[in-house]
Amino acid sequence: MQQLLNGIFIGSIYALFAIGFTLVFGILDRLNLAHPAVFATSAFVGIELVERGGLSLWAALPVVFVFGAVLGLVIERLAFRPLKNRPDAHFAGLISSIALAGMLIALLQWRYGPDTRRFPAGAFPETRYEVAGAQVTLAQLVILAVSLTLMVGLTYMVTRTRLGRGMRAVAENPTAARVLGVDVDRITAVTFAISSALGAVAGVLFAINVNTAQLGMGYAIELKGLAVIIVGGMGSLPGALIGGLVLGLAEVFAVQYIGSSWRDVIAFGLLFLILLVRPQGLLGARKVREV
Amino acid sequence: MRVHLHTAVAAAAALVLTACGSGDTGGGGSAASGELSGEGTGDSCTIEAEVPVGAVLSLTGAAASYGESQQRGLELAAAQLAEKGGVTYDLRIEDDQTDPRQGITLFDQFVTDGVSLIIGPTLSNAAVQADPIAQEAGVPVLGISNTAAGVTEIGDYIFRNSLTEQAVIPQTIAKATEEFGLQDVVVMYSNDDAFTESGYEAFSAALEAEGVTVSETITFSKADTDFRALLTQAQQSDPDAIVVSALIEAAIPLVTQARELGIEVPIIGGNGFNNPRLMADAGQAAEGVVVGAAWNSASDNPENTAFLADYEAEYGAQPDQFAAQAYTGLMLVDQAVRANCAADRESIKAALGELQDVPTVLGQFSIDENRDAEHPAVVQVVRDGSFAVLE
Repeated sequence: MQQLLNGIFIGSIYALFAIGFTLVFGILDRLNLAHPAVFATSAFVGIELVERGGLSLWAALPVVFVFGAVLGLVIERLAFRPLKNRPDAHFAGLISSIALAGMLIALLQWRYGPDTRRFPAGAFPETRYEVAGAQVTLAQLVILAVSLTLMVGLTYMVTRTRLGRGMRAVAENPTAARVLGVDVDRITAVTFAISSALGAVAGVLFAINVNTAQLGMGYAIELKGLAVIIVGGMGSLPGALIGGLVLGLAEVFAVQYIGSSWRDVIAFGLLFLILLVRPQGLLGARKVREV
Repeated sequence: MRVHLHTAVAAAAALVLTACGSGDTGGGGSAASGELSGEGTGDSCTIEAEVPVGAVLSLTGAAASYGESQQRGLELAAAQLAEKGGVTYDLRIEDDQTDPRQGITLFDQFVTDGVSLIIGPTLSNAAVQADPIAQEAGVPVLGISNTAAGVTEIGDYIFRNSLTEQAVIPQTIAKATEEFGLQDVVVMYSNDDAFTESGYEAFSAALEAEGVTVSETITFSKADTDFRALLTQAQQSDPDAIVVSALIEAAIPLVTQARELGIEVPIIGGNGFNNPRLMADAGQAAEGVVVGAAWNSASDNPENTAFLADYEAEYGAQPDQFAAQAYTGLMLVDQAVRANCAADRESIKAALGELQDVPTVLGQFSIDENRDAEHPAVVQVVRDGSFAVLE
């Protein structure tokens, strides 16, 4: 039971991170590799807000959400928009976002130094619950609640609102969408903003979960995020959610039943297996491109 | 044309070679030219030139908190030695950024600069890779925090004043077994670091010697921060204690999460836990953590009392073991230099090997036949936010 909860908590963070990742991919067909840097930057900014700004842990979350959104706009403006008309725009954007990620991490190192940072002592509520014999902290419950709320909210927005319709139209065919009067540039920018805001919140939640923020934390989750969106089906939002939970649970149960040394082998092996059985991912639709 | 080119290349190569050659003899020459020896013995020894001593510490990166303490310890010792007079030290401290490759570069640089001795590097991981360079060049090295097995086996120029985990851990386990009546334990360690791996081996040998059953061995990576799954796994075998070999970066979240999961049994840590940041960052969760240490901060020998007071006066903070060992390190070098009143590489090497029963901050200190440290260890437990002697 405890392991199940452990898996769900860490899995929900993977999912939140991956959903931001897959949103940009699904709608704009771009892979934004600055996403892990947003994740790390926000964790540091979140700690700074609590430590210096005196905000409570939870008040910091909306601020970081906005910060992430702004960072997303900057990434879109700097790394993607100038290159969008190049014939190799996908690849160029990929590379320039890696460059931007490197710059963000370098800035972090300049500002905070290379040391691990933590929330100040006493920032965490001491409340603990016992659920069916398993220990759960209040912080963990909030992590789960925030992740789920954001994911549900995002799904609602994409399927039900005018903005979401615009996004889906751009995803379907940007040229046709533009002809029909959709402001493609605006949709693109908003997509990046939402994606980065989600990545930013995931970063702070991760830092809260383990009370540790390191410069390299983005790299550690990048690979997992990519695995999650591939398994979930590239561009599929519910797929990323399920993929995140599957990865979190796979890691935990690999430790439980096979051995801690085998954690990554088992977790990634399982993902590999899923892909062999369903190459399009769990919830991905087979793409048919008509020429 | 082709011939001309060849000649030019050969000439250039020859120039470079002579440049290197003269650099080498220059460095070595000054060390052996006699400037670095003087009149008198022991306290009356006087050496004209400043003795160049290099120190490679991790001042940034994962081990920065250790390196910073060491820097303070060394600088305090150097200042006191300068005040005492007779022999003064030109202490050059460089940062290896917790990167063994950077450590190698710095060792190379110190070797060519002609230092008489190199202190450091901070981590055993770096020592294993950088020390062979000094051994090759015949420069004595004094490790002040390397506790992994095999460091002094690199060669006869490699010494250390830090008790190995192999010396501290059996005492820790024996004491803890006696105190808590341990019957079975879970062992956790990060298996991608030379230091924590050798700590694990020492723990497992000591546990076997004490007749304690290891019901489970769990591994993780030194970069891990989420230990909940592993700890839940550990919890299920209902151990009497959890024995952990990890660096401080992993130790803090591990201890915090263990307490969150309701694990209340003692956590016994290796040398990586021996850091005041454990209490600063893990807070209440650190209570009851047991750590073996080379330095008893509460010891009342006169060297230690003086050191505590001087350090506090200089930095306004309590020293930790890394500061104490670094301070002792330079003091031992001074002892070795004064023994023959000579500070060239060979004399220091010979004298370091003969240090016996020197009164130091760490207690009665000797170098054994394997060039390892010999002095009493202490077993500590975290109580009310600071280390207290376990008894």
